[in-house]
Amino acid sequence: MAAAEARASMDGFGAGRLLLITVALLFLGLFLVLPLLAVFVQALAKGAGAYVAAIQDPMAWSAVKLTLGVAAIAVPVNLVFGVAAAWAIAKFEFRGKSTLITLIDLPFAVSPVIAGLMFILLFGSHGWFGDYLREYHIRVVFAVPGIVLATVFVTFPFIARELIPVMQAQGKDDEETALSLGASGWQTFWRVTLPNIRWGLMYGVLLCNARAMGEFGAVSVVSGHIRGLTNTMPLHVEILYNEYNYAAAFAVASLLALLALLTLAGKGFLEWRQPELRHAAHQARDRTRRENP
Amino acid sequence: MAKPEALELSTHRARRVIPGFGLTLGYTMVYLSLLVLIPLSAVFIRSLGLGWGHFWEVVTAPRVMASLRLSFGASLIAALINVIFGLIVAWVLVRYTFPFRRLVDAIVDLPFALPTAVAGIALTALYAPNGWLGFWLAKAGITVAFTPLGIVVALTFIGLPFVVRTLQPVLEDLDKEVEQAAATLGASPAQAFARVILPALWPALLTGFALAFARAVGEYGSVIFIAGNMPMKSEIAPLLIVTKLEQYDYAGATAIAVVMLVLSFGLMLGINALQHWTLSRHGRR
Repeated sequence: MAAAEARASMDGFGAGRLLLITVALLFLGLFLVLPLLAVFVQALAKGAGAYVAAIQDPMAWSAVKLTLGVAAIAVPVNLVFGVAAAWAIAKFEFRGKSTLITLIDLPFAVSPVIAGLMFILLFGSHGWFGDYLREYHIRVVFAVPGIVLATVFVTFPFIARELIPVMQAQGKDDEETALSLGASGWQTFWRVTLPNIRWGLMYGVLLCNARAMGEFGAVSVVSGHIRGLTNTMPLHVEILYNEYNYAAAFAVASLLALLALLTLAGKGFLEWRQPELRHAAHQARDRTRRENP
Repeated sequence: MAKPEALELSTHRARRVIPGFGLTLGYTMVYLSLLVLIPLSAVFIRSLGLGWGHFWEVVTAPRVMASLRLSFGASLIAALINVIFGLIVAWVLVRYTFPFRRLVDAIVDLPFALPTAVAGIALTALYAPNGWLGFWLAKAGITVAFTPLGIVVALTFIGLPFVVRTLQPVLEDLDKEVEQAAATLGASPAQAFARVILPALWPALLTGFALAFARAVGEYGSVIFIAGNMPMKSEIAPLLIVTKLEQYDYAGATAIAVVMLVLSFGLMLGINALQHWTLSRHGRR
């Protein structure tokens, strides 16, 4: 009886529980839901006609195309890296493994603005490779290659840090069986490893893509804001906003908000398929630490 | 007695059977060096070229000091707000059932998914004097938009999921029986929370705090719209880097960047060490 009462009081049937739920929902409503709502309301503030016009604007379209193009390069590049890094870290033991994992996470600790600055220091006109690039008429900074580089940097850890715990959990028994049955290394990877990690892989790709399409700070520093040429969607939103063209700014922003909602829906779906994914990223470090104290 | 030996031999051979160690580790190292390590070291090497005197002069300029104080101060407040409310949100999501719980859980990740520029203009629209919230706050005499308070609001927005997502798995693993035992032994819910739950959550709270803080210190997109960006008052350090770059003051921008990087990395290392210490003190969970 006492235990049941204790459970009831701990689970907080009654005032405490209701209060906590109310506080949590109010906080989330105020800080998360309201801003999201505001985007759509502001986007439609001048009517559906203005909304469609803002989205059909040629400058908006070229921003959409550039954003899709940059993500189409950055995501696959980081995918290949993520798979390679996860393979090395999950399937083998070597010295300095936890240092390597820390280094892979490093871009998370760097301000996006500093990420942009790095590439200006390397490839800008006064940068280390500035003279060389000028000689060969190659533009990196204030051009599309700089935007791609900055995006690859800020999205660098996403796929690797999702795949490392997934592959560590899989172990290497399946691969060893396939290899002992005579499969080649590549066959083993394509037929055994890849199907095993497919949900984790999609999870990483989803998160990486969301950040790649939405990145603002790093891209802003290296882009030079040339309309129709080096403006991604987030930068286009900024320009429209700074011109006091709020309805158009929020119209383009609403496309990005829709992308965010799609990302959350996809994330929810993948977590439903593979519940271990939910906290995979956070466990990565702890597990490695436990193995190599 | 020959059996364990044979087993050991077979696992040893199997370990060598998996191919691709050289290829994948080599590729990882090259890619990591080219994209992360070399560009990051470029910032440090460039700052060495300034000379100590010039570096010190740039970094201690009143405008730079004010922006660093603001960035780290506002991030500290935002991370503390997130620790308090993130704990409540995580607790409610793990321990209670209520309608639309899964939807509420999914929405927590919104700041990860929503581009920062979109968050920035949406928050500004809400808190501007004519906005949904700003209008009522103005009547109460509180100005959020275009003040340091607005910066705290934006940084709270982007930091929340870090705390919630770090706490959730720990709360799920937490043994309910221990709390129930505490309650059976006569502890009030508050006592059980302070004596039993909080000590177990401490490392996760610190990690969540550190992640939210680190993200907030470098944040740019969601802040610049709501901040007002007045030098000495509401100008964050990342914005000052951008301003210096636009004036072609690469030396100044690099010096501020180095200070931010050193402080951020130092903080992360410090918190990691602290976490290690709490983990070893409380035993392995």
